[in-house]
Amino acid sequence: MRVGIVGVGVTPFRPTTPDFSWKELMYDGAQRAYADAGIDPRSDVGSFITCAEDYYEGFGIFDEFTPDQLGAVLRPMHTVGGDGIQGLANAFMQIQCSLAEVAVVESHSKASDILTLNGIVAHGLDPIWNKPLGGHPNYVAGLEMDAFLRASGNRAEDCATIAATNRQAALLNPVAAYGARITKDQAARSPALWAPLRQLDVASLADGCVVLVVAGEAAARKMDSQPVWIQGIGWASDSPSLETRDWVTPAYARLAAEMAYRLAKVRDPARSFDLAEVDDKFSYKELQHLEALRLTRKGQAGKMARAGELGLGGKLPTNASGGSLGCGNVLEASGLHRVAEAVLQLRGEAGHRQLDGARRAVVQSWRGLPAASGGVAVLGVGR
Amino acid sequence: MRKVGVVGAGMTLFRRRLQETGKELSFEAARMALDQAKMEIGDIDAVVHGTAPDAFDGVHMKGEYLLDGSGGTRKPYMRVFTGGGTGVFSAIAGYWHVASGLADVALVVNEEKMSSCQPHPQSVFAHIWDPILDRPLKPNLVWIFAMEMNRYMTIHNIPYEDIARVAVKNKRNAVGHPCAQLADGDITLEDVMNSEIMAWPVRRLDISPPSDGAAAVVLASEDVVKKRRLRDQTAWIKGVGWCIDSTMWTDRDLYFPEYVARAAKMAYRQAKIDRPKKQIDFAEPYDPFDYKELHHLEGLGLADKGKAGLMTREGVTERDGDLPVCPSGGLLGVGNPIAATLGIKVGELYWQLTGQAGKRQIPNEVHTGVCQAWGDLMQYGSVVVMGT
Repeated sequence: MRVGIVGVGVTPFRPTTPDFSWKELMYDGAQRAYADAGIDPRSDVGSFITCAEDYYEGFGIFDEFTPDQLGAVLRPMHTVGGDGIQGLANAFMQIQCSLAEVAVVESHSKASDILTLNGIVAHGLDPIWNKPLGGHPNYVAGLEMDAFLRASGNRAEDCATIAATNRQAALLNPVAAYGARITKDQAARSPALWAPLRQLDVASLADGCVVLVVAGEAAARKMDSQPVWIQGIGWASDSPSLETRDWVTPAYARLAAEMAYRLAKVRDPARSFDLAEVDDKFSYKELQHLEALRLTRKGQAGKMARAGELGLGGKLPTNASGGSLGCGNVLEASGLHRVAEAVLQLRGEAGHRQLDGARRAVVQSWRGLPAASGGVAVLGVGR
Repeated sequence: MRKVGVVGAGMTLFRRRLQETGKELSFEAARMALDQAKMEIGDIDAVVHGTAPDAFDGVHMKGEYLLDGSGGTRKPYMRVFTGGGTGVFSAIAGYWHVASGLADVALVVNEEKMSSCQPHPQSVFAHIWDPILDRPLKPNLVWIFAMEMNRYMTIHNIPYEDIARVAVKNKRNAVGHPCAQLADGDITLEDVMNSEIMAWPVRRLDISPPSDGAAAVVLASEDVVKKRRLRDQTAWIKGVGWCIDSTMWTDRDLYFPEYVARAAKMAYRQAKIDRPKKQIDFAEPYDPFDYKELHHLEGLGLADKGKAGLMTREGVTERDGDLPVCPSGGLLGVGNPIAATLGIKVGELYWQLTGQAGKRQIPNEVHTGVCQAWGDLMQYGSVVVMGT
């Protein structure tokens, strides 16, 4: 059975949202998605899924606090301790095996409520081997960037190009929090905080909520909405230990892509997509992920960035939304936001950043430091 | 929809404090389940992990931390979390991994290491409340469950003895369980009724104390069961259901677990069960407190409202009764490492249905069983129906 996305709701991402509690953000995102799909959550939805982590939320058991604001009271609902695309994969599977006809996937960030994010991230490092080393946990990304650049032949200036391109692209996206006219040189000269990682290579945090309504083909046909089909979906994890994971070609992205491509029957990924939305919580991650997804050959992603092939008019427009660098890092909602962006592009509703005739997209997510887990979705319209 | 069967299960000792790390516990349980299924980790297409609050183990993204011990490295790995409901819920997630066709064989691993949380895991529960409405009252779980127990007893006029009998039955049942923390073949009703009051009407022996442990099950599609000739050791998943109630527990009447009733209805519909009292041979409801077993039996439709206590008094729920309940010994007898109770819910159904329960084997022939877990703020129900 085909499974499609029939509704998207994205609240504007902002560095702080003092007017909204996290519950109100969830309510706002859900209202938008339900209106977009034209559904009533109390009668039309078979399963609700939220993607969240306890420590980000500041609760012992966050699952308790999910149902009311989504209209899910006394309905099937559960939490995924993972990224939005992993949540979407659960919705996909539930619909495939008829446990639900329509499912709702939610994820949000209220990062502005977190006082000690660095402490929380450090708390995710191995408590015996790594955490006692101390320091700001972004050093892990600095080390990985160094390993990746050395092994792949990409250059640090290519990362600066990504940082500048995505921040500029975000100026065309009304939900983006960090759109700015930043040049490659400005990015390359920003302070090296975890060398070679520089300040502008790091996506800043934002608050926001993303909600998707997902439906099986029969249910989707009954709705007044243009479905964007999930042609393939995959997710994977590499080793959790820093010492034994692949630092050059992240296995979580490579394996998740293999799974999604297999389902979507994608043989030549570099020629199969009209656009890509790949994780860029750090600028080098965009290059690393493009190569792991086989959207370009190893060592060639930087060249593509330099040649402008990742821009709006390029060969493979990547992160036309502005990505996490331009829109803001919305934690576990990042992957769901990329899916929502691809849906808008494929529907032709992406406003000033609309690509001409986009029919098929690849979307990839990474859970962020210190995880080595993520997902990939292949989305398309028509047939 | 494809048929999905449980082909192997494993669980570690349940103890107040185990030397092993959470990763090691996960590994032990996963290894046992794989051995029973005659499989290696290379035969596994996807891993589902269940574990309750991160704060117990004291690690952020606990699912990521435990993933290598659970066999998730370089595989599709999914952590699901529904509070205490995770004990059965992760198997439901494993079910849809296989039923959807995305995996042919899935390994479900649940772990809980509560002893890392010092001085007592109860301190994690200080952070599960609404920060404005509840937290300033400094509630703890025993306190609110005492309110629920009292409401249940008051509405139905249930004598405390009938509730205490559940603790006696389960701690005695656990004598045959090799992992049990709290088995006691000599326990009497007086022991429970005379144990000290924690929060009236809850007494010490009404509660299953914190524990460390892990459990795992292997789920496989019908094709795999045939190809690997595992039919004799397979119990099929017939129906799954799950449901969450409102966060605002103060706004609900606590005398009946409506969320369990809805989850059961969903599972029964799939399993084509319309008369659960007749069609279900035995049950493993979630019993972290003795009154919860009764509460949940009523939610599962296996007892009329307010009548589960009477069934217990009359011996209906004994291992050799008409409806054996918690033949494993349950959480009260085996222990309560939150998510790892998978082993005494889904695991026990599996061992009983395939005749592998040893000393705990129900003497009457059993073909259909139901298990259930309960979680969050008295608001979550997850239900699995299994059969031969």
